[in-house]
Amino acid sequence: MPKDIDAKESGIGAATKRREDIRFLTGTGNYTDDINVNGQAYVAFLRSDVAHGRITSIDTAAASAMPGVLRVFTGADFEGVGGLPCGWQVTDRHGQVMQEPGHPVLAQGKVRHVGDPIAAVVAETAEQARDAAEAIDLEIEELPAVIDMKAALQDGAPKVHDDLTSNLCYDWGFVEENKDAVAKAFDAAAHVTTLELVNNRLVANPMEPRVAVGDFNRATGESTLYTTSQNPHVIRLLMGAFVLGIPEHKLRVVAPDVGGGFGSKIFHYAEEAFCTFAAKALNRAVKWTSTRSEAFMSDAHGRDHVTKIELALDGDNNFTALRTETYANMGAYLSTFAPSVPTWLHGTLMAGNYRTPLIYVNVKAVFTNTVPVDAYRGAGRPEATFQLERVIDKAARELGVDPIALRRQNFITEFPYATPVAVEYDTGDYVATMDKLEEIADLAGFAARRAESEKAGKLRGLGVNCYIEACGIAPSNLVGQLGARAGLYESATVRVNATGGIVVMTGSHSHGQGHETSFPQVIAEMIGIPEHMVEIEHGDTANTPMGMGTYGSRSLAVGGSAMVKATEKIIAKAKKIAAHLMEASDADIELKDGKFSVAGTDKSVAWGDVTLAAYVPHNYPLEEIEPGLEETAFYDPSNFTYPAGAYACEVEVDPETGKVTIERFAAADDFGNIVNPMIVDGQVHGGIGQGIGQALLEGCVYDENGQLLSASFMDYAMPRADDLPFYQVDHSCQTPCTHNPLGVKGCGEAGAIGSPPAVVNAVVDALRSGGKDVMHIDMPLTPARVWAAMQG
Amino acid sequence: MTKVTMTVNGRPMSGEVEGRTLLVSFLRDTLGLTGTHVGCDTSQCGACVVHVDGKAVKACTMLALEAEGAEVATIEGQAAADGTLNAIQAAFQEHHGLQCGFCTPGMVMSAAALLKENPKPTETEIRHYLEGNLCRCTGYHNIVKAIMAASGQDVSSIAAE
Amino acid sequence: MYEFEFARPATVADAVQALTAEEAQALGGGQTLIPTLKQRLASPSVLVSLSGIAEIKGICQTDEGLLAIGGGTTHAEVAEGAGAYPALAALAGQIGDPAVRNRGTIGGSLANNDPAACYPAAALASNAVIVTHAREIAADDYFQGMFTTALEEGEIITEVRFAVPEAANYQKFLQPASRFAMVGVFVAKYFDGVRVAVTGASEEGVFRWREAEAALSANFSPDAIAGLSVAQEGMIGDIHGTKAYRAHLVGVMTKRAVSAAR
Repeated sequence: MPKDIDAKESGIGAATKRREDIRFLTGTGNYTDDINVNGQAYVAFLRSDVAHGRITSIDTAAASAMPGVLRVFTGADFEGVGGLPCGWQVTDRHGQVMQEPGHPVLAQGKVRHVGDPIAAVVAETAEQARDAAEAIDLEIEELPAVIDMKAALQDGAPKVHDDLTSNLCYDWGFVEENKDAVAKAFDAAAHVTTLELVNNRLVANPMEPRVAVGDFNRATGESTLYTTSQNPHVIRLLMGAFVLGIPEHKLRVVAPDVGGGFGSKIFHYAEEAFCTFAAKALNRAVKWTSTRSEAFMSDAHGRDHVTKIELALDGDNNFTALRTETYANMGAYLSTFAPSVPTWLHGTLMAGNYRTPLIYVNVKAVFTNTVPVDAYRGAGRPEATFQLERVIDKAARELGVDPIALRRQNFITEFPYATPVAVEYDTGDYVATMDKLEEIADLAGFAARRAESEKAGKLRGLGVNCYIEACGIAPSNLVGQLGARAGLYESATVRVNATGGIVVMTGSHSHGQGHETSFPQVIAEMIGIPEHMVEIEHGDTANTPMGMGTYGSRSLAVGGSAMVKATEKIIAKAKKIAAHLMEASDADIELKDGKFSVAGTDKSVAWGDVTLAAYVPHNYPLEEIEPGLEETAFYDPSNFTYPAGAYACEVEVDPETGKVTIERFAAADDFGNIVNPMIVDGQVHGGIGQGIGQALLEGCVYDENGQLLSASFMDYAMPRADDLPFYQVDHSCQTPCTHNPLGVKGCGEAGAIGSPPAVVNAVVDALRSGGKDVMHIDMPLTPARVWAAMQG
Repeated sequence: MTKVTMTVNGRPMSGEVEGRTLLVSFLRDTLGLTGTHVGCDTSQCGACVVHVDGKAVKACTMLALEAEGAEVATIEGQAAADGTLNAIQAAFQEHHGLQCGFCTPGMVMSAAALLKENPKPTETEIRHYLEGNLCRCTGYHNIVKAIMAASGQDVSSIAAE
Repeated sequence: MYEFEFARPATVADAVQALTAEEAQALGGGQTLIPTLKQRLASPSVLVSLSGIAEIKGICQTDEGLLAIGGGTTHAEVAEGAGAYPALAALAGQIGDPAVRNRGTIGGSLANNDPAACYPAAALASNAVIVTHAREIAADDYFQGMFTTALEEGEIITEVRFAVPEAANYQKFLQPASRFAMVGVFVAKYFDGVRVAVTGASEEGVFRWREAEAALSANFSPDAIAGLSVAQEGMIGDIHGTKAYRAHLVGVMTKRAVSAAR
């Protein structure tokens, strides 16, 4: 981290140690599975073991008679209950709205993926519930499954949903009006590079599996759901309004300490609705704790795109046009935000960091008999970055030019910059981040390191790429036009207590990001008080204002901005009180280091004097302002933020086995202003770890019948400590965001977006250095795949 | 149900369990020591690592009855009685070796076992020793750094300068 | 898990007696069996833990100069205490992870005979003697295909005896997810010949690569097997690697084991 930032001891820019660590390090965190409600019962789900089938009979009599069983629920119990809603409606290139199938809590007549919940047993103990679930007499007529996306779109392919016209959810074109001009540019190109690739299906796998505890208070009629969510208010809204018909004032959703999310805990899941429903039906709290095996077939998956990308260049190697065709897997149902991921979070980023004047993106979203696919760390932006940065690398190799030079030549250098894919980058400096990368990655020393590797019988490769992302999601009016069925503002209530301490109630949700530490840094800076005087409350709809939660690197950019706005209201009011106490005009009051003073005089009152006056208003302008010091603000961003950067990876490949090892990894990011550089470093490290995981290890694989072959950690390779190196990270290049009050851009997803192409570029470079004519290998680059590629 | 007795964090504890009750269930559900976590069902993730008779074991892959008479140490017993963090815990905070905190108890317990065997492990030795502990948040960078720091090694030159 | 009775006898005799119950099953370190039970893929009526039996734990030299390891000895204890057979100790130190090595036992691993487990390669390459409460079985007769052994129901491995070779080495190529062996090759050079045992690769479980053994017995150097390869047929092909890849790795790992043999 830059030394000038590191040097600050508190407030914005300080590497304040995390206060939440104390409870996590001593085993006193409060995760959802740690919550036990008096008298709670346990649910076990009977899930489909076939990918596609018709339920011909279901007999629960034997199961109902098993020891401890309270009740067995089936789809019939949910006939009058709403299905799980989809929060985004995409309109296709022909002006048609997407095909939107129902998504029942428990299967209604048909099962559509392995893991689809069919029935649920509630019993006194978890093992009794499982015992009884196995005793349900179920007959399923197995139907042919569609797994491959292109096969699913063939005429006569089995339909995942009988009531839809086909397995095509939508055929999206962007920008449709540019299509012909793009085609003409390709006709006129001096060189065209084409690449077909797969963005592999991933499972988010936060270390904490999902848990839900439903509770019901018959006296008040209030339902409570404790759940592993990144956005409790969103769950309250979706489940209350669309599934169970419970108004907000009778439904409390609590997401306590949450053990990671990475997108997979954004969505509203059937198990949450079930536990809330069953608690009321049985007048007993009902708990569900997912096993990891269950998570693999019930958590929404990520990525899973198949893409053809073409890049047109003129005779001077300037990019003149870009065209993509992508098949995006939706799985069997539309998860909460699934339709937005391959469209508005993907197509809008296809310009990358480059001045490509004409771009056309086509995305066909496809239903298959697989687990639903939705946002996973980066969500659409990693897919955009991967294909763009891979095709540029391939173009450089075809043209025989340096891949970094080709990128630099085509960089956007003037801001604001309106891309041909409908977004406007407010700030950035891609030359600066690339310069910084070349420095921290010591690219000048690569040739010597390669020679050392070759001496040891290894092939060494260097991969470099850029990325840009759109974060700080999102302007509500804009996303509304694009099909969002929600606003994407954030909220904060700042409550100042009589003796000056502050509690901030935020709609943002921390599940590893460290809000409890970083948010107080902002308020401490604004008021000039110690950070420990500020506490953050989040995660409980009963005591926080309506907020949209944490995803899309939005917490500080949007939630932090709401907090700043509320704090500004606090300061404005406090100045009025201070002015009264000092018999001065509020226009003359200055706030510095926790002290209000009258400009040009030595008169001052302390922060605590003012806050006490607000609550003990004896000497107070009661005719002008109310007592108390508590303000709420909602902040709706006017644009996305655009973090960007440049990444470099060096690999060694064992030519005998195809095994790839990451030798060096460097990331130069521009996140705008930084509140806590230690936390930012950690976010980047974690993102890179997941990106390397995608590139080398992770892949969710189905067989042709829809059986999940990578169904546990025994077959889904998670990155381990010895798969990864130390990373060089830098965020000293800072072009502050121009449209939020903190000038911040967001850092949560960058690492996962920027790193996969660097790894693949590096492996291709290594193999080519060994004389292998390899241009591309699909992720994950397992030893077996790399070895196969080397065999030609 | 069978009665099982063991010493947990230095205090004698007992409870009634079934044959199939896992040690981790006994700790979490019977004793209310919820710091030990369950992150998988194939003995891979290590969120449940505790020490049994001084050795790191996965509490999700051991029956409670197999710990009869054993000395069990969990994350709840790692800090001093007055709450002062031990050297490993303190290093994890100092070097940001945790984010969501879910894998952390297992990481700390594994790190403690490592440093007992090998008081000054190299980076490679640490990474190798953590083979059975998955973290999804940190990319391991700061975990490895924290363990090196906890062992008294100078970590100021590790990357990110 | 399904419900079961739990027994923890203190002697082999008591364990043998307990295992006569219908659907009784022995529990070694449980590092494979407990996950299997959690998935409800097994339903014993009685689980007989061998962890309380002191007489099957420990490592010693026999009068004949063999290295004898009690069936209840953990991988960690072998890694630490089998210094007389360094390649075997090194293999034990590569099984699973530290916590697994503190529970898993050599007897449990050999009784389970997972096709990707490490110990079967060492036992077969060393033609170890698998000693049960009832008899002694030569490794050549013991391994009978994946998850299948010569053990009778209720038979307990009390000891495994290894003749220490002149030189040996184990090379393990990891399956990236499970970290079991995708291919593991154990090469052991004895005064009367070389034995090469391969785990992880074959649908038949651990096997001896006799062609390589013959070549290496004549000339114990990596070059001796340069032109040799195992047939792809019968190799495991799965999402982690094709049959061809595993067949290729057998050759690479064998060469490396020979180079590293000490």
